[in-house]
Amino acid sequence: MSQDFVRRLPDSGFVFQRKSGLGDKVHLDFPLMFLMLCISSYGLLILFSAVDQQSGPVLAQSVKLGIATVVMVVMAQISPILYLRLAPWLFVVGVILLVLTYMVGYEVNGSKRWLRIPGLLSFQPSEIMKLVVPMILAWYFHDRHLPPRAKHVVWAIVMITIPVLMIAAQPDLGTALIIGASGLLVLLLAGIPWRFVLGALGTCLVSAPALWFVLRDYQQQRILTLLNPERDPLGTGWNIIQSKTAIGSGGLFGKGLFQGTQSHLDFLPESQTDFIIAVLAEELGLLGIVILLIMYLLLMGRGVIISLQAQDTFGRLLSGTITFTFFVYVFVNIGMVSGVVPIVGIPLPMVSYGGTSVLTLFAGFGIIMSIHTHRRIIL
Amino acid sequence: MVEPLVLKDHTRESRIYFERAALGFGLLIFLTLFLVARLFYLQIVQHNVYATLSDKNRIQVQSLPPIRGLIYDRDGELIADNIPSFNLTITIERVDDLDATLAKIDELVGLSESQIEGFRKRLRRRQRPFESVPVLFKLSHEQIAQVSVNRYAMPGVEIEAKLVRHYPKGELMAHAVGSVRRINEKDVHRLDRVAYSGTDHVGKIGIERFYESDLLGTVGYQRVEINARGKVMKVLDSTLPVPGKDLVLYVDSSLQQVASDALGDRRGAIVAIDPLTGGILALVSKPGYDPNLFVTGIDYDTYAKLLDSIDVPFFNRAVQGQYEPGSTIKPLLALAGLVSGITNPDFTIEDPGWFQLPNDERLYRDWNWTKSGLGGHGVVNLQKAIYRSCNVYFYNLAVKLGIDRIHEYFEWFGFGLNTALDIPEASKGLLPSKEWKREARGLPWYPGDTVNIGIGQGDMLVTPLQLATAIMLIANRGKWIAPRMLKEGSDLMNQSVAVSPQDIEFVPEDVWELIISSLQMVVHRGNQGFGENGTAWAHIGRNITYRMAGKSGTAQVVGIKQGEEYDEAELEERQRKHAWFVAFAPVDKPRIVLAVLLENGGGGSEFAGPVARQVLDHYLLRSGQQLANSK
Repeated sequence: MSQDFVRRLPDSGFVFQRKSGLGDKVHLDFPLMFLMLCISSYGLLILFSAVDQQSGPVLAQSVKLGIATVVMVVMAQISPILYLRLAPWLFVVGVILLVLTYMVGYEVNGSKRWLRIPGLLSFQPSEIMKLVVPMILAWYFHDRHLPPRAKHVVWAIVMITIPVLMIAAQPDLGTALIIGASGLLVLLLAGIPWRFVLGALGTCLVSAPALWFVLRDYQQQRILTLLNPERDPLGTGWNIIQSKTAIGSGGLFGKGLFQGTQSHLDFLPESQTDFIIAVLAEELGLLGIVILLIMYLLLMGRGVIISLQAQDTFGRLLSGTITFTFFVYVFVNIGMVSGVVPIVGIPLPMVSYGGTSVLTLFAGFGIIMSIHTHRRIIL
Repeated sequence: MVEPLVLKDHTRESRIYFERAALGFGLLIFLTLFLVARLFYLQIVQHNVYATLSDKNRIQVQSLPPIRGLIYDRDGELIADNIPSFNLTITIERVDDLDATLAKIDELVGLSESQIEGFRKRLRRRQRPFESVPVLFKLSHEQIAQVSVNRYAMPGVEIEAKLVRHYPKGELMAHAVGSVRRINEKDVHRLDRVAYSGTDHVGKIGIERFYESDLLGTVGYQRVEINARGKVMKVLDSTLPVPGKDLVLYVDSSLQQVASDALGDRRGAIVAIDPLTGGILALVSKPGYDPNLFVTGIDYDTYAKLLDSIDVPFFNRAVQGQYEPGSTIKPLLALAGLVSGITNPDFTIEDPGWFQLPNDERLYRDWNWTKSGLGGHGVVNLQKAIYRSCNVYFYNLAVKLGIDRIHEYFEWFGFGLNTALDIPEASKGLLPSKEWKREARGLPWYPGDTVNIGIGQGDMLVTPLQLATAIMLIANRGKWIAPRMLKEGSDLMNQSVAVSPQDIEFVPEDVWELIISSLQMVVHRGNQGFGENGTAWAHIGRNITYRMAGKSGTAQVVGIKQGEEYDEAELEERQRKHAWFVAFAPVDKPRIVLAVLLENGGGGSEFAGPVARQVLDHYLLRSGQQLANSK
């Protein structure tokens, strides 16, 4: 168990003073919760339209949001010190679960992502890794000198690469990319020297052609389709053509709530899940999306503020990474639906239908709240 | 164990984190703005493009093909209607395994390689996902049942119904009404795409062709909102199609049937016209074909068999068949002779059985000429020349008239012209003249040519329709009434390119009476002793309850050498003479005019006469009809 020697200079200007309030007592962050409530409600409204105004799926999603909220509250009650202590063990357990998934997981649509505990529950170990990877890296850098040295960076990359490769092999490229990105975000926030970053970027660019051959056939197809959807308009290009059409036809103010033709006439595929932003764009226009983006920005802004106010490296890196990873979701999802990012199957946070993504996100916010509200008195 | 003390510079870490987080958040805002820019590009800059795409997606303009006009006979019996035809279609998106599905269809109802090829061609041409593509056309009830029962095992396979032309009378009306055919590649360039969108057939011949623009109707449209699976969600607006006009023809189905039965299996044609209206009551050409074969596409073997048949069933003998008129032309020559003063009712000739031009060795024989020299009709006046069909009288008359005058008179009767108002495919026949012979043959007109014209042989060619029309002009005593198929339902006849001669007003009434009474004697003059009866009397003139005017005719198919007797039995069937009979009845108030042609039928009176009698009997004597002029 390492110790945290804290040398704090009162006027250093890099520590954000804050007063404790009611939120600290119940270990919740009300601004964050308010923004989550706003986005979730907005999401439910869009979902209501996307499912052709049936109440069933909306109620089901509400229940999932409720459960996720409970999970969040519970996660928020747990002290960050416990997360810090558990981090390596969680990582080991996560990797074991991934191995198990590889061996005994069951296939859905050609990829092995799910692990089933008979009679109890099914879950995707890769989802857990979305939180555990940032956690282990934050733990790793917590008692090391920052900015990290090359040796530590290498170890960190090893810790990122193991789960990323295993998840990519499932194959679940979207999740693997998200987790990889979250790991790299920890490195960036930890202050990895820019020369490393530039070097890595250069290496990536050089090795990109080689990477092409590593990609599976359908993944190559997605990239080719992104570049030219018309090459297969009835097959892989269909989704992107239809989503762009939905977005573009929405215009500034949209066709009106529940009036979207692309979604309601089933031209838009996956309109309740990954492509739900196209429903919003079609029905409420650019304005509707900008409102959502502003709410997202506020939410992430709050997350960044919380991370700046965190009292130790672990809390700072973990809360910051969770916040910035959240943005990766937003960016990749909207980017793929609007045709600037390949289709990788990433849901729009708190708007897309589905429980897994919401659960992970809310758990993440629970950890942020935990970091924010379990404060130690600092001399 | 004491771990190495890690001394952390907290302030520095905080500052680094602050820098990185601030940079990150800046990048985050930048990327968000990038997304907004991307959306701005799609939603504002490219809005019109995508709005159009979206509408193209959801809004489909569907043509609503009009229902083709029905065709009725004069009594309201349906001659052409529309019935549903069932097609087997595949929606590829719903099919798990196309090859297996096609194999299954083959197993159930049979599917040839060429049909699969056609299906794949249509499949490649389809516009959107979930568009159904036809595999098989015109399923039988058994096939529909077979497919329906097994449909659960073949997702994506559907049976779709469409209205197609149907000819309930089949072969009977084939040549009278014509038929529609499936629109082919050539038609596509000829036809108006808009007017024919959604329509698969076009009138190819006969009434179906001439009245095509009225029968077709006007195409309608509906703009529908469809979903991605092509299912119509709602109709946004529509312009209903206007059904094609229903046509009523003069054709009398029962008369047509009787005429067809009277011809039986013989090759030939019958044209019957109502002289009051010019309406064609019956138009039979045998052999015929079943026009229904063409509606949904005929298979090649059947088509080739019909096309190559020596009996040419597609050939409409009634309006396109061109034959020598034979002796049926004699009353017209008589009329020309009387009007021009070349001959008169009292003028007689002595007929030795043959005719010779001055300074010519050639013998032009009468039909009863014999080598022994006992033939001939003795003393012959104009009436006898007609009812005995004396050749020598008309050789003589023709030579005196000269070809120029004959040509002029015959043109008054519509020869060499297509005078039918709504049968554009009818042949014009051939009315020879000096000019024609010079141009067509490069030869001068010989006096012998005129001699042959005197008995309707040589170069002159007429169609049964033309002959019936000419006789109608006699029945109407010079009043020209153009023959036509349509009774009511269309104005298209006004655009007809048919040539109508003028009424003949220069013929005195007594000339008409003389000609008509002579024609009457052909049928009714009997019991006068050998060589004195009308030529048709023995065959059709007995126990007849109405007055009929008629004239037989016999057209040579092969020339007979000089000095050789004509032996019918020795000639091959297809080299036998064509038999003609033209008639109208009742004489005083003609209600029907008729031309009967029997290809290679032999003698006109003996063979074509009874056919004419059967048709007239049916028309004039059928139960429930008051016979206006019976005696």
